[in-house]
Amino acid sequence: MIRLKVNGVERSYNGDPQMPLLWYLRDVLGLTGTKYGCGMALCGSCTVHRDGKAIRSCVTRMSALAGSNITTIEHLSSSGLHPVQKAWMEHNVPQCGYCQSGQIMQAVALLNGTPHPTDQQIDEAMAGNICRCGTYNRIRAAIKAAAGERA
Amino acid sequence: MSDILNISRRGFLQGMVTTGALVLSVRILPSGLLAEPAAYAGTHADHATLHPSVYFGIDTDGTVHIVAHRSEMGTGIRTSLPLVLADELDADWNRVKIEQAIGDARYGSQETDGSQSIREFYDAMREAGATARLMLIRAAAQQWNVPESACRAELHNIVHASPIRKLGYGELTLAAAKLPVPDKKELRFKPPSAWRYIGKGMVSYDLSHLVTGQAIYGMDAHMDNMVYASVEHPPVLGGKIKSYDDKAPLQVPGVRQTIPLDTFKPPHEYQALGGVAVIADNTWAAFQGRKKLNVTWENGAHAAFNSDEFKKEMQATARKPGKAVRNEGDVDGSFAKGGKVLEADYYVPLLAHASMEPPVAVADFRDGKLTAWAPTQDPQATQDAVSKALGIAKENVVCHVTLLGGGFGRKSMPDYIVEASLLSRKVGRPVKVVWTREDDIKFDYFHAVAAVYMKAAVDDRGMPTAWLQRSVFTPIPSTFDASATYGGDDELGMGFTDIPFEISNLRVENGPAPAHVRIGWLRSVANVYHGFAVQSFMDELAHNAGRDPVDYLLALLGRPRILDLKATKYSNYGADYQKFPIDTARLRKVVEVVAEKSGWGKRQLGKGRAQGIAVHRSFCTYVASVVEVEVTPQGDVHIPRVDTALDAGLVVNPEITRAQFQGANVFATSLAMMGEITAKNGAIEQSNFNDYPVARINEAPRENNIYIVESTAPPAGVGEPGVPPFAPALCNAIFAATGKRVRALPISKANLKA
Repeated sequence: MIRLKVNGVERSYNGDPQMPLLWYLRDVLGLTGTKYGCGMALCGSCTVHRDGKAIRSCVTRMSALAGSNITTIEHLSSSGLHPVQKAWMEHNVPQCGYCQSGQIMQAVALLNGTPHPTDQQIDEAMAGNICRCGTYNRIRAAIKAAAGERA
Repeated sequence: MSDILNISRRGFLQGMVTTGALVLSVRILPSGLLAEPAAYAGTHADHATLHPSVYFGIDTDGTVHIVAHRSEMGTGIRTSLPLVLADELDADWNRVKIEQAIGDARYGSQETDGSQSIREFYDAMREAGATARLMLIRAAAQQWNVPESACRAELHNIVHASPIRKLGYGELTLAAAKLPVPDKKELRFKPPSAWRYIGKGMVSYDLSHLVTGQAIYGMDAHMDNMVYASVEHPPVLGGKIKSYDDKAPLQVPGVRQTIPLDTFKPPHEYQALGGVAVIADNTWAAFQGRKKLNVTWENGAHAAFNSDEFKKEMQATARKPGKAVRNEGDVDGSFAKGGKVLEADYYVPLLAHASMEPPVAVADFRDGKLTAWAPTQDPQATQDAVSKALGIAKENVVCHVTLLGGGFGRKSMPDYIVEASLLSRKVGRPVKVVWTREDDIKFDYFHAVAAVYMKAAVDDRGMPTAWLQRSVFTPIPSTFDASATYGGDDELGMGFTDIPFEISNLRVENGPAPAHVRIGWLRSVANVYHGFAVQSFMDELAHNAGRDPVDYLLALLGRPRILDLKATKYSNYGADYQKFPIDTARLRKVVEVVAEKSGWGKRQLGKGRAQGIAVHRSFCTYVASVVEVEVTPQGDVHIPRVDTALDAGLVVNPEITRAQFQGANVFATSLAMMGEITAKNGAIEQSNFNDYPVARINEAPRENNIYIVESTAPPAGVGEPGVPPFAPALCNAIFAATGKRVRALPISKANLKA
């Protein structure tokens, strides 16, 4: 039995301990905001927060999550939109939107640790998140705007 | 919103799910998951009080239900087409609800590709809106007993000036619904000065859902009692199962059964590939079970396909006389006169779409009917393909369209929905087929591999006196006719037979190439390799002439004129040539605009940096791009900036259009810099983003500037036309920076070390 917290709710899991968190979130809990993109931590679509840090849920086994506090896009903000989500809307970032849950979770983690990132820091933090629609210029602008809002 | 989201908002509990050794807890379905495969009962628009068109209806409370009949894959079409209707109706956008259509021929074509949704349906949307506006005006005029001409529509009301009074659309629906639907000839359209939304645009209708994880893609579709499937496909196209052993998969907790699927009978069209499906209680279990499958394959003839050899064969074909598809003047005679001749061979490899959401579909076969929920660009083609595969009538296939996590052409081919449908019939319950990223890369309908040969004789000023270009590529027709080796007129008309240069002696040829993998449409299609070859060769000629490439390009484009292509089979993207002719004045204009905006030749760029230009018309839209490149002494390529000018005629949604062109520049960065699919013994060698990389944030153009040229021409495409000019402009910039000419993509394979 693995006990963990997902979006503030205590959960216990006694299935296959090798199952990645991604499929527990999607197929068991029905939290489908977190996306499957590659299954190998290559694209970042599955990014969630574990104890506030961005992780790739597609390669994080349930066995490694006892006692963890997991936050997904559905619970990013308990009151309305998170400033990063607002910035994403103001800059019309999403096209198809499929990768954007992961992009947003990654950007929030970046700004939590680095409130005013440089272009270089944005590159380093966001290079693991692929957007095939090519929204990168707007992602960068939205991150900067969100950083400004916090200043 | 769509039925999916309406159902979702109820928020309900789903019972205990027992899954072999896995006992999963009670689960709460998130907002957005599908509840039931309920029989389809029409749209809200169908049931609205005033319903003069299949595309919308108005309820008595004033809610305007607009049907999005085209698929949303990120181009904003689910917003922009309804916006046109809402404008002509003079509706308040805040009182519009958009619902997604199922596949249904009553909407006209739903094939969401070819950058044609606005072009094809702009008039239909305006007519629909204007029709209801007139009916509402007539209803109000009757109630007030005044002439129609004394009434006008104003933001969801019909108003009368003197005395001042108004009635809301909702209040008028009952009376308006009793009136005859006016004839098209009676309609009066708003003048552009009165447009509220057209040309101004609106953000995506789904924006808030897209940033909060609530948007429902095919990957998120769900049906009660659904099981999950992962399919081991034959590694070589057309391969068959010799034998397989499923003992190990069946030991995996959560795996229920395995099912062999017949390999398609050629031509493959949109049939399922065949293989062995592993059915399980969740996606992970299906993937795990599949890894343990042991299948022995009978590979078949395509096992002889090797990309390296194939490239050489194609390039040899491109050097041999081909089938002439445009022939003007005396090309052979002009070459025979002697003088300087330039030749070049260009090459673009197979490419994969790699949309972020891999192919996925949920299908439920029961009582002789099939209901699917899927991310598809073409729900009517899905109906056709599924009905054919199951042997049921097309009317018995209901295809619901989810949001698409990217499409780029891949999801115009509904083979994965056919696969889910076949499996549902065999399993006897709803099946969700989930393709892994590896499946997506290995079993794509690939963008054609192409070899293009270019040859020109030039005069002493370096201007061409004779021009021959020959294209050899694995044609899309091979998907529908296994023996097809020559390109279709539409493919050849993508930047090749329609070459706009003013040259007296000109011949365009096509040579044969057999396809050994499935070939399909990829964003901008044949324009990718044709644009690359033609615009690279233009730059080669400019440098040969010692002239500035912008000046030379303008000289090649020649006089402002309408191209006369009557002697060739030119399909013009299915558009009427009178309405959407090739106008070299518009090509010249985007070149001039982008040259000015990019500071062409005027900015100090620094060491290792240079600009390159290219122009290309596709999907009836004119686009020029200037790419600025930095090549380090180690040969690394960076793209600090791209400037793109476009003339797409009337632009309905400028902000979304700019986003499309920015995205096109990034998509093109991927194919120019790093994209390459190869086969060995018939099997694709790449598998995931490690060996089929796509551009990341640090690799994409750092500045991505888009300029929309104001135009009163009818609206043309915006989803694809940004792609073709980028790769040649980039390679032209690399030549300017290094003196090295990249004629084969991807650039990552070229040695650019100083």
